[in-house]
Amino acid sequence: MRRLLFLLPILIVAALVAAFWRGLDPARDPSALPSALVGKAAPAVDLPGLAEGAPRLNLAAFKGKLIAVNFFASWCLPCRAEHPFLKQLTAEFGVPVIGIAWKDKPAASRAFLAELGDPYAATGADENGRTGIDFGITGVPETFLVDQNGIVRYRLAGPVTPDGLQNALAPAITEARK
Amino acid sequence: MSRAFVMLAVLWLGMMPALAQEAQLSDPTLEQRARDLSREIRCVVCQSQSVADSDADIAREMRTMIREQIAAGKSDADIRDYLVARYGDFVLFDPPFKASTYALWIGPFAVLVIAGTGVVLYFRRRAQEPVRTRALNAEEQDRVAQLLREKEDGA
Amino acid sequence: MIPELGHYALVLALVMALAQASLPMIGAARGIRPWMQLAKPAALAQFAFVAFAFLALMNAFATSDFSVAIVTQHSHSQQPLIYKLSGTWGNHEGSLLLWVLILTIFGGLVALFGENLPPRLKARTLAIQAMISIGFLLFMLLTSNPFARLDPAPLEGEELNPLLQDPGLAMHPPMLYLGYVGFSIVFSFAVAALIDGKVDAAWARWVRPWCLLSWTFLTGGIVLGSWWAYNELGWGGWWFWDPVENASFMPWLIGTALLHSALVVEKRDALKSWTILLSILTFGFSLLGTFLVRSGIITSVHAFAQDPTRGVFILALLTIAIGAPLTLYALRAPTLRGGGLFAPLSREGALVMNNLLLATMAATVLLGTLYPLLLDLTTGGTVSVGMPFYAATFIPLALPLLLLMAIGPFLGWKRGDVKGALQRLIAAAIAALGAAIIAIWMKTGGSLLAPLGLFAGVWLLVGTAIEFMERVRLFDRSAARILTRMRHTPRAAYGMSLAHFGLAIAVIGMTGAAAWKTENIKVLRPGESLSLQGYEFKLDKVGGVRGENYLADQAHFIVSSGGNVIANLYPERRQYLVQPMPTTEAAIRSTPLADLYAVIGEPDGKGGWTVRIYHEPLVSWIWFGALIMVAGGLTSLSDRRYRVGAPVRAGATQTAKA
Repeated sequence: MRRLLFLLPILIVAALVAAFWRGLDPARDPSALPSALVGKAAPAVDLPGLAEGAPRLNLAAFKGKLIAVNFFASWCLPCRAEHPFLKQLTAEFGVPVIGIAWKDKPAASRAFLAELGDPYAATGADENGRTGIDFGITGVPETFLVDQNGIVRYRLAGPVTPDGLQNALAPAITEARK
Repeated sequence: MSRAFVMLAVLWLGMMPALAQEAQLSDPTLEQRARDLSREIRCVVCQSQSVADSDADIAREMRTMIREQIAAGKSDADIRDYLVARYGDFVLFDPPFKASTYALWIGPFAVLVIAGTGVVLYFRRRAQEPVRTRALNAEEQDRVAQLLREKEDGA
Repeated sequence: MIPELGHYALVLALVMALAQASLPMIGAARGIRPWMQLAKPAALAQFAFVAFAFLALMNAFATSDFSVAIVTQHSHSQQPLIYKLSGTWGNHEGSLLLWVLILTIFGGLVALFGENLPPRLKARTLAIQAMISIGFLLFMLLTSNPFARLDPAPLEGEELNPLLQDPGLAMHPPMLYLGYVGFSIVFSFAVAALIDGKVDAAWARWVRPWCLLSWTFLTGGIVLGSWWAYNELGWGGWWFWDPVENASFMPWLIGTALLHSALVVEKRDALKSWTILLSILTFGFSLLGTFLVRSGIITSVHAFAQDPTRGVFILALLTIAIGAPLTLYALRAPTLRGGGLFAPLSREGALVMNNLLLATMAATVLLGTLYPLLLDLTTGGTVSVGMPFYAATFIPLALPLLLLMAIGPFLGWKRGDVKGALQRLIAAAIAALGAAIIAIWMKTGGSLLAPLGLFAGVWLLVGTAIEFMERVRLFDRSAARILTRMRHTPRAAYGMSLAHFGLAIAVIGMTGAAAWKTENIKVLRPGESLSLQGYEFKLDKVGGVRGENYLADQAHFIVSSGGNVIANLYPERRQYLVQPMPTTEAAIRSTPLADLYAVIGEPDGKGGWTVRIYHEPLVSWIWFGALIMVAGGLTSLSDRRYRVGAPVRAGATQTAKA
C-alpha cells in the first residue's frame, strides 16, 4: 500500500504524457472551435439581397437541396484566396453556394464580386453581422454545409482550399447525400 | 515560459483593449447588465479575453448583440443559452456544472479531501511511533547550556 | 563569423556537458576521486561556452546583423538599443539559449561555492545538472538553432513585437527564467540525494539557499510580468489566469511549498520523501510550462507556426527528465525514514497544512489549465476555464492558508501552544474584522470577495507584525536589549517576516483591485470630459508625437477632483515602423489609494476619440507587496548560516531561535 503511494506521481505523469502525445498530433488544431450547430437545424436567414434589385435571401427557399452557406467580406484576404474553389464546389460537386456578405458595405461586396466573378447561387447582405453570429462564426470566411432537411452537416472555418475541398467537404457532401 | 510567447502568438488576434464604442443602452441598469454579461462571455478568437475587453470584430458584434437582446427583454440566461447553442461551452468563462465538467469542479476538492486524509493518517502514524533520540554530543551540550543562560539573562 | 563561433561554442558546451554528466557520476559510484573532481572544471567550461554563445547572439542583435535569421525576424535597425538587446530573448530560439545559460550559471555556482558539499553529492548533483543541459543543448542544436543564417541577408529586419518594447518586459524573461530554471539545481540535488539514498538536515540546509534564490527570482519574474501586462496591455488587468501565466504560477506554488517543507526536514528530520518529491515536481512544472508554451499544444496556432518536431522533442525531454527521477523515487523513497514524534499542533504541523493547501492549489491550477485540452482529447468537447472557476476553487484554498500563515510562526517546534498563539493574535483579529466591516460598508450588496480578502490580508499583516514585535520584545523598557535581540535575530527570521508581510500587502492590493475596479468608456471630442468615481477626465487635445521608432497620437487629459486639477495624463496610441497593428500606451497616475488609468483608442472620424478610463483601488499594493516579498527572500538568503562553510553535516544542529 505504502509502495503504491510512491508510485502515484509517476503514474500521473505517465497519464499526462500520454495525453500530451495525443495532443501533439499535427492534424489537431488547438484553436479550432468545433461548431455547436453541426447536426442541428440551420438558423433561419432572412436578409436583403446583395445584388441591386435582388429579392431578399431566405434559406427556406432552398429546402430540399444540399447547399453550402459561405460567409465572406470584401475586406477579408483569405476570402479572395478561396474564391476559385467556391466555383469548383458548384461545378464539380453540384452544390450551390449561398454567399452572405458579413459586416460589409453592400457596394463594396458588389465590387468584390464584380472584380472576381460571382460564384454564388444567391447572395445576401448581413451588414450588422447578426446572421453570422446566428451561425456561430468566429470570423470570415466560413462555410457551412446544409442538407436537404435544413440540418447543418459540416462547418469549415477558414478558407476553402483544394485540400479542404477534397478531404473535408467532399466526404461530408457524400455523407449528406446518402 | 515568458508571456512574451503568447503575446507573439496572439498579438494580431485582438489582444488589444476594447476601445470601440458602440451605442449604449439608455437605461443604466440594462447597460450595466450588458457590461457585466459581456465580461462573462469569452471572445472566441482571443486568448483569455472576454468580449468586453476585446477589440476583435466578432467581440464587438457580440457586445452589440448582447445589448440588443437585453433591450428586447431577454434574460441573461436566454442570451447565454443562445451563445452556447452556437459556440458551445467555450464561450462561457464560468464553466457550467455538468457531466463533462464534473471532474473539473470536483477535482480540487477531491484532491484536498484525499490529501487531507493522507495527512491525518500520517499524523496518526507518527504519533504512535516511538521517539528515537540520540545523545547530544559535546558541542551540542555546550550550545544548549549557552541558550539556557541567554534565556535567563533575557527574562 | 561570430555567429558561427557562437554555434560552435554550443557544440563544445554539449561536449562538456556530456563529460560532466558521465565521468563524475561513474566516479561517484566507484569512488574514483579525480573523476568526481572533473565535474567542477567541466561545469565552469560549459558555462563559459554557453555564455560565449549568448554574447555572440546578443552581439548579432546589438549590431543588427540581419544575416542571422532570428535577428531579421525580431529586430529592426531603428529600434532603441535596449529593445535590440532584449530582442535576444524575445523569440523562441534566443530565449531557449537564455534558458540554457541560466542552467549553466546555476551549475557553475554550485561548482564554485559548493566546496563544503560532500564530494559524492556534489559530483552527482553537477552530473544531473549536466544531463538537463544535454537535453536542452540537443533541443537547440537539432530543432532551434539560434544562429541559423539567411542568405542573402535582408537589408532591414521585421521589428520586435511592439508589445515587447517595454522596459518591464525587457527584464521579465531573464528574471522569470532565473527562478524557473534555478529550481533545476534543487532538482539535481534531490535526484543526487535519491541516488545517494540519504536525505538529512544537512541536505536540507545545502538545498535551502538555492531554493530561496530561485523562489525570489521567480516571485520577481511573475510580478514583473503582471506589472507589464497592467501597463502595456491597456485593459487595466494584472492577472488573467491565462495558461501561460499559470505555467509560471504552478512552479511558484510548489516551490513555496518546498521552501517550507525543507524547513521541516532541516529542523525535525521528517517529511523527507515529500520534500524530495516537491523538489522534483517544482522543476517538473517548469518543464511543463516550457512544453505547454513552446509546443503549441494549447496556444493558438493562428500566429505561431509550430514545428511539430519541437513539441515532440520537448515532450520526450519532459518524459525522461521527470519520468526517470520519479521512477527512482518510487523505488528509493520508501526507504527514506524520518525520525521523531510529530504532533499536529506544532510548527511542523502548521507547515504540513501549508504544504497540503499549496499542493492542492497547484493541483487546482494544473487541472484548470489542462482541462480544456484533456476534454478536447477525450470527448472533443470545448470548455473555457476562466476567472470564475479560480474564484470558486482557488480562493477558498488560499483563505485558510492566509489565516494559518499568521498562526504558524507563533507555534513552537514539536509542541505548539495554539491557544496562546490565538490569544496573542487578538489584535490582529480585531483589525481584520474592522477591515472586513469597512469593506462591507463601502460596497453594500457586493460579493463576499472584498470583506474576506481584506480580512485575510489585514489578519496576516497585523499577525506578522505582532510576531516580529514579540520576537524582539519591542515593548521592553531597555532599548539596548531590544537592539541586542534585533541583532541576534537570524536574518532568516527577518526574511520570513518580510515575505509574509509582503504577501499580506499584496493580498490587500489584489482584493481592492479585483473588488472595486470601475471603468467608463465614451467617445470624447477635445474639450469634452468623462467622469469616474468623482474624478473628471477632460480631454484637452490629441496631437501627434514622434518616438524613436514609432509615431503616436498622444492625448492630453486634465484630471480634476472637486474642481482641483490633480494630474495630467498622456496616453498614446502608437504605430511602430513595421508591425501593422497599433499599440496602446496607457497613462497611469498611481497613488497608494488608487490608480487612475487612461487609454485612448481609435478616432471616430468625426473629431472624436474613444476613451477608456479605469479607477483601480489599491492596485499598487500588489507591486509594493511583491517587492517586499522579494526583499524578504534576499534577506533570508543573506543569513550567515547559508554562507560558505557554515553547514557541516554533524554540526547541523544549531537551532534557530525561530
